[in-house]
Amino acid sequence: MWPLIRILPREFHFNFVRLAPYAAILSALLIAGSGVSFFTKGLNLGIDFIGGSMIEVQTKGPADIAKLRATMMQVGGEDAQVQQMGAANGAVLRFRTAEGVSPVDGAERIKTELSKEFPGITFKKVEVVGPKVSGELMQGGFMALGVAVFLMLLYIWFRFQLQFGLGAVVGVFHDVLLTLGMLSLTHLEFSMTSIAALLTVIGYSMNEKVITFDRLRENLRKYKTAPLADVINRSENERLSRTLITGSTAILALSGAVFFGGPVLLPLVITMVFGIVVGTYSSIYVALPIILLWGVKRGDEPAEPLKPQAAR
Amino acid sequence: MMNLSRWKVIAVVLSAIFGVLFTLPNLLPADVRDSLPGFMPKQTLNLGLDLQGGSHLLLEVDTAALKRERLTNLVEDTRTTLREAQIPFAELREVNGEVSVLINDPAQANTAVNKLRASVAGVAPGAPGGREISISNDGGGRIRLSLSQDAMTAEAGRAVDQSIEILRRRIDELGTKEPTIVRQGVDRIVVQAPGESDPQRLRDVIGQTAKLTFQMVDESVSLEEAAAGRVPPGSELLPSEDGYTSMVLVKKRALVTGEMLTDAQQSFDQQSGQPVVSFRFNSQGARRFGEATAVNIGKRFAIVLDGKVISAPVIQSAITGGSGQISGSFTPQSANDLAILLRAGALPAPLKVEQQSTVGAELGADAVKAGVISLAIGGVAIIIFIILAYGLFGVFAAIALVVNVLLILGIMSFTQATLTFPGIAGLILTLAVAVDANVLIYERIRDEAHAGRSPISALEHGYSRALVSILDANITSAISALIMFQFGSGPIRGFAWTLLIGVVTSVFTAVVITQVLIGLWFRVKRPKALPIV
Repeated sequence: MWPLIRILPREFHFNFVRLAPYAAILSALLIAGSGVSFFTKGLNLGIDFIGGSMIEVQTKGPADIAKLRATMMQVGGEDAQVQQMGAANGAVLRFRTAEGVSPVDGAERIKTELSKEFPGITFKKVEVVGPKVSGELMQGGFMALGVAVFLMLLYIWFRFQLQFGLGAVVGVFHDVLLTLGMLSLTHLEFSMTSIAALLTVIGYSMNEKVITFDRLRENLRKYKTAPLADVINRSENERLSRTLITGSTAILALSGAVFFGGPVLLPLVITMVFGIVVGTYSSIYVALPIILLWGVKRGDEPAEPLKPQAAR
Repeated sequence: MMNLSRWKVIAVVLSAIFGVLFTLPNLLPADVRDSLPGFMPKQTLNLGLDLQGGSHLLLEVDTAALKRERLTNLVEDTRTTLREAQIPFAELREVNGEVSVLINDPAQANTAVNKLRASVAGVAPGAPGGREISISNDGGGRIRLSLSQDAMTAEAGRAVDQSIEILRRRIDELGTKEPTIVRQGVDRIVVQAPGESDPQRLRDVIGQTAKLTFQMVDESVSLEEAAAGRVPPGSELLPSEDGYTSMVLVKKRALVTGEMLTDAQQSFDQQSGQPVVSFRFNSQGARRFGEATAVNIGKRFAIVLDGKVISAPVIQSAITGGSGQISGSFTPQSANDLAILLRAGALPAPLKVEQQSTVGAELGADAVKAGVISLAIGGVAIIIFIILAYGLFGVFAAIALVVNVLLILGIMSFTQATLTFPGIAGLILTLAVAVDANVLIYERIRDEAHAGRSPISALEHGYSRALVSILDANITSAISALIMFQFGSGPIRGFAWTLLIGVVTSVFTAVVITQVLIGLWFRVKRPKALPIV
């Protein structure tokens, strides 16, 4: 039976639309949950966004976390966090410098003190972000998210109809909210890299929506009189094998990075995998239902598939 | 769509050659790479600091300090001008970013304004379109001098340019490998130094203004009296690092300044053997220093660096040779660093470190290893999966995928775009999305075949129909990559660039390469049915 694709039935007859009300409830619950987590737990903002310092150290023997913590208390790193990281002799220290002291000098002083207390300690990575820059990074990051979503809305509006664009944007917002909720719930660090991951999630999710819409538009032209719900079901069933294969390829591709990417890539990759799953789901159960509820203009689209068609 | 036009085949062959040729240097050991013939590309991937280790510093020129200094000078200039014009005045001081002075006899105010206009406003000729300093007179004898915003902006701009130049000289002398020093925005400078083993030293060299002055020590009052607040006018109490006292009282007027140095070198004192910095004055500096030392034999002068006294020796005899040495509590390295700073010149304004990131080379190497393993596992997993799913067509897609990776790495090596650690994750996802293009095409071909089309017609329609979706989808991806590039910084930009290159090469390889391969296969085999149907 090789190639395996032959095992897949030629046609699927799954009633996607029938499940839409339940999916709507599920989405609403998930979004509410994300909101609750977001507002109660908040995001674990990295120093990129709140300013402060991070030092990754390697001690000679196994890292004595308690002693590291005690030393940090003494040398005046404010609300210092000490965590073991990677191997037994690795640890990561996060702290803020008292106001009025240059954060860079503060970090230097702590490095000097740590060298005294822990002979043979090495500093693998030192990051210091001043409060001014962190504010700008945060602003730039969220600005990027907003601009990206807006431009994609414009593009989809230009290529399809306005309701497609809105369906896509609502779907993308759904994905972003759930991803933020996931990040808040898991307490993964939210840094500039997470913004990149979110943008990638947005890109992938839009990608899914475009492909969904493309098939829908084509079938709307083909079956001019069939009810919209039937056309949607038909399109999704036609597309189902592709959705399954692409989704599993993407997750499979990232699997290596999940297990071997180490602590730096992990938050990024987890966000991406989560986004792939959510983005695929929201294409079918957020974007399409919105189009279904709103309705589409039909019959006035010329049958030439290749010309871009602006909404009227 | 399926007819094999010559240019398509040529494009596929050329792209594969390009990919191999430009990726190859990354796989060869350095000595083999160097012995390649001249026409072969030798550039390797430009790894980001997070992959090769190094330091990244974001500095801000302290323009507020620049303005304060300008105002202080303006106060002194105003004082001198009015004294020379013999106009009595009072209440000369800085108020709210302006200089304010009260002329005792309001009738003289106009004369004073004219005098000031001629001298003070002429000190720095105004920028085009306006005077740098505006002078107003309220009629009651009160005169205000303020610096125009344009002039300050222009001066800040000059200060940033000058700072970049001076930083470059300083860092080059440290022997740092390929540092990049670029301006960012209005008043910021980014310094990147790959592989710098001692970021502390880099920061020391950057962080000091290195403003050097020679000032007389004021011995008219004792240190205790001065510390109790009785500092004579025209003198100031400065912290000292000479190892004898913690403070030194010095006269404000500088005898000689660091700009009058022509050379500075680290050497050793001939008597004590201690590391010192020996220097040479230019002719103006030599003359001034000679005159000052000749009349002050037996008194002390202070060598002041960035507001701290480094030593305060007693003048034994007039120093007219135009050279001398600075001794202090130096190590050979710190003496050498000071010499570097003095040679490169003082920064026009202090630099504040706003952001610093230092990655050890070892951590970078670990990241490269983790990235390569992740990429290899991801790539192999995709290839196995796609071949299992689509058989021969899967093999074609896998070939396209390999060429895609080679092209991305080749283009990144060729353009010297920076590959960062998050960029590797971007690369992996790019591969998945590239395969999606093939999945779309193959599924479309299956649909068309199931609908009863002949193999050639199914192929034809599969490619042309899927292409629309593929382009739409990839344009949205390109939009998000461009946005990241525009708004992101550092590692994010690298990530965005990797995505953007990937979008372009993916569309090409997934569509054109598989099309050519399937076309060739079809021409040879003339199959009755497609293997994926």
